Amino acid sequence: MLGYSGKFIQVNLTDEEIREITFDEDILRQYLGGRGLAAKILWDELGETWETTDPLEPENILLFLTGPLTGFFPGARICVSGKSPQSNGVVGSTVGGEFGVELRCAGYDGIIVYGKARNPRYLFVKDSIIQLNDASHLWGMDAKQTLKALTQECRAELHREFPRYGEFKEPAVLYIGPAGENQVRTAVVGAKWAHAAGYGGYGAVMGSKNLKAIAAKGTGPLPQVADIRKVKRLIQKLCTDTYEDVLWRRWGTGAAGYEVGARISAEPVRNWQDEWHDEKSYGVDQFENRVWIKQFWSDFGCPICCLKVAMTKAGPLKGAITDDPDYELQAYLGPNLGLFTPEENVYLASLVDDLGLCGIQTGNVLGFTAELYQRGILTAEDIDGIVLKWGDVEAFASLARKIASRDGVGNLLAEGTYRAAQKLSEMKKRDVLPYAVQSKGIGIGAHGIRSGKDYPHILSYACSVQGGDHTSIASLPFHGSVSEVWRIFNDSAVFCNFNSFGVSRKDILDFYEAVIGESLTQEEWCDHRGLRILQLQRSMLLLGGPDLKWDPEFHDDNPPRFYDPLPSGPYKGRTVEKANVRKAKRRYYEVVGWDSRGIPTSDSLRHLGLKEVDAALEKLRVK
Amino acid sequence: MAGKTEPIWIARELSRCSGCRKCEIACSLSHEKRIWPEASRIRVFMLVPGTDFPHFCVQCRDYPCVEACPVKALSISKRTGAVLVNKKKCTACGICVDACPGRIPHLHPVEEHVIICDLCRGNPQCVKVCREGGWNVLETVSRSNRTYEVYARKPEDTARDLAVKMYGEKAEEFI
Repeated sequence: MLGYSGKFIQVNLTDEEIREITFDEDILRQYLGGRGLAAKILWDELGETWETTDPLEPENILLFLTGPLTGFFPGARICVSGKSPQSNGVVGSTVGGEFGVELRCAGYDGIIVYGKARNPRYLFVKDSIIQLNDASHLWGMDAKQTLKALTQECRAELHREFPRYGEFKEPAVLYIGPAGENQVRTAVVGAKWAHAAGYGGYGAVMGSKNLKAIAAKGTGPLPQVADIRKVKRLIQKLCTDTYEDVLWRRWGTGAAGYEVGARISAEPVRNWQDEWHDEKSYGVDQFENRVWIKQFWSDFGCPICCLKVAMTKAGPLKGAITDDPDYELQAYLGPNLGLFTPEENVYLASLVDDLGLCGIQTGNVLGFTAELYQRGILTAEDIDGIVLKWGDVEAFASLARKIASRDGVGNLLAEGTYRAAQKLSEMKKRDVLPYAVQSKGIGIGAHGIRSGKDYPHILSYACSVQGGDHTSIASLPFHGSVSEVWRIFNDSAVFCNFNSFGVSRKDILDFYEAVIGESLTQEEWCDHRGLRILQLQRSMLLLGGPDLKWDPEFHDDNPPRFYDPLPSGPYKGRTVEKANVRKAKRRYYEVVGWDSRGIPTSDSLRHLGLKEVDAALEKLRVK
Repeated sequence: MAGKTEPIWIARELSRCSGCRKCEIACSLSHEKRIWPEASRIRVFMLVPGTDFPHFCVQCRDYPCVEACPVKALSISKRTGAVLVNKKKCTACGICVDACPGRIPHLHPVEEHVIICDLCRGNPQCVKVCREGGWNVLETVSRSNRTYEVYARKPEDTARDLAVKMYGEKAEEFI
C-alpha cells in the first residue's frame, strides 16, 4: 500500500521470537498507524481481558508505530503506546526524532512487543536483520550514557558486518533510563537527548519487559508514495510558511515560561496554587543569553526547530545539558516548584532527562509533595529528611533521584500523583486528592484553564481520552481544528503537532492524498475513522483496571484546584463554575455519541462497526 | 552564487547545523526521486546530540579518491570540479572510501556503486534548502587557491571538535 513500508516487526521477548507481520490494507486505511492502529491492535489482542491486564505485567503489549506521513510531513515522530500504567487506558505518546524514519527506511512501519525478556535486552534493527542483543551492560545507565554506548556499539557492529559500505550514520535509538528500569509510572521512552514520549508512562512498560532500548538503521528509501512531486510541493509550502514566523522559530516554546504566567495567567506556580507570576528573571532573554548554546536544534524534516540546546556553563549547577527546556518543563520544573532562574531549570530538566523521568509528571508530583509539606500534611521526616521548600533546587533534585530509584518515599511518589495521593490519603487519614492536579491518572499539562486566556478550556482535560495530556484535549466544535479528533489524525499519521498549526485541514488532507493516493474528506475523518479511534480509546479508558477504574460522573472533571479562584495577577478571582462544566459535559457527550453517563452509546459504536466494544461496555451501563 | 560553469565549493559552517536534514531530503529527491537519507550524497551525522553536521565531499585539490580508484570509475567534472562516479565502471570495492581522508564516499544502499556529491552540476540542492531555512550552514562559493580539503575529516573527528566547542570539558563524557 502506498505510503507504507508494508511490514511490522513482532517480537515476543519471552521466547525471543521475531516475526514479520502485515495488516490488511483496510485496517491501515481505517486506523492509519500510530495512535489509531495502537487502539485497534490493543482492542483486538487485549480487549477481552482488558480490565484484568496489568500494564506492568508481561501480558501488556508495547507498540512503537509510525504512520503513513512519518518522514514526509515536516517534523517526523514515532508513536509509543500500549495499556498505560498511568490511565489504564490507551495513550498515543509521540516523540520526535529520526527513529520513525530509520524504521521505515529499514522496511517496517512499526514494532509490536510482547512478553518479557528473562534478562535485559535491546533490539537492533538493521534493515531486514533484526536481533535481540544482551543489554546487561547498559542496565543502570542514564539516558546520555545509554545513547552513547548504543551509538558506538551499533556503529561498530555495522562496520564489522558491512566493511565496504563506508561510514554509517548513527542508528536512531529509543531507550529508557533508570526510572523506566525501575518501572516508575512516570518514566519516559527517550530519544536523542531530551526527547521523550512522556504521557502514558511507557518507559515503565519497557522496563517491565526488560527491554532497555531499540536501535534502528534503515538504508532503504521512505515508502513509495502516490505523487512525490505533490509531496515535495506541499513540503515546500509548509516550510515556506513556517520560515516567516521568525520568533516562533527563534524561541520555540522557550519564551513561554515567562509569558504564559505573566501575560495570560495559565502557568502552574507552586503546584497550581497560582497561575500568574511576573518573574522577569525567567524571561526568554535570560534563557537565550545565559544558557542556550544552540539556538536551533531540529528533528528530521522540521522547519521550526523549536528545540534549543541549553547548558549551564558556570556556577554551582555547572555542566547540566538539556533542550530549551521547552515550555512544559520550564513551567513544571520552574515556577511550579518556586524556581525562577534558567540555570535551576536547566539543571533539573537535565537531571530528569538523565533519569528517564517525564518532566511534566515529575514536576507535577514534586509540586504536589511540596504543597503537602507547605501545609504540614507531610513533614520532612515523611520525605526521608528532605526539607522540601519551594525554590530549593537541590531538595527537588534529591527527591527526583529517589523517585527514579524507588528509594524510600520515592517508591510511593513513583506511582505518580494520583496513585500517591490515594495512598497518602489512607496513610494520613485525610483526603489529599484536592492537591493532586491531574485527570485520569495523568498530571495536567502546563496550561491552566481558569483565566480563560490559554487554549484549553473547562472541558479540555475533563473529557480527553488521554486525561491530562495537553496535546490531546477534548474540544468542540468536533470538526474544528483544535478538536481531539484532529490530534488523533496527527498522532495516527504520526507527525509533529507543531507543524500542523496554522496549516489548513485541506492541505493536511491533500498531503495524505499525495502520499496514499486516495482522498480523505474531513467528514469521513471526523465522523467515521477518527471518531472510531476516539471511541475505542474512550471505551478502553472506561474499562480500565485492574487497579483503577474511572467513573465519568466523578472523573470527567477538572482537578479541584481549578475551582479555586486565581489568587493574584490580572485575572485574580477568575475560576471555573461547576455548573458550566456540567452543562458543557452534557453537550460534549451528545456530540461525540456518549450517553448521559459518559459511556459511548450502542448506536454510535454499532454505526462504527464496533459491536464487540459495545458488548463489552454493557456491564458499565447496567451499573 | 557562483556561475554554473566555474568550479565551485560548498562552504560549510558546521556548528550552525540544526540537524533538520532538509539537505538529505533535497539531495535524495534530486538524485533518487525518493526521500532516502542513506542514498543522499550529503548526510547529517549526530554522533553526539547537538553536534549534528553534514558530511559530504570537499573536492580535494589532489583528489585522492580519483587517484585510488583501480578501475578509473571516478573522474573530475571540468565544469564544477565535482567527483563524478561512472556507475557502470564502479565495482563498489570501497577503495575510494579508504583513500578519502574523511571517509566520505559510501556505497549506494542498493545499487553496486559508490556515491559522492556531484555538486548538482553547479546548482547544489542542499545549499538551496539550507539557505531557504535560514541556517546558512552551506554556501556556494567559487573555488580558489585555498586549502579547503582540510574539511575532509572523519565523522568521529568532526563530532569531537564540535562537541568540545559546544560542551567544553564535559564533551569528554560523550565522545
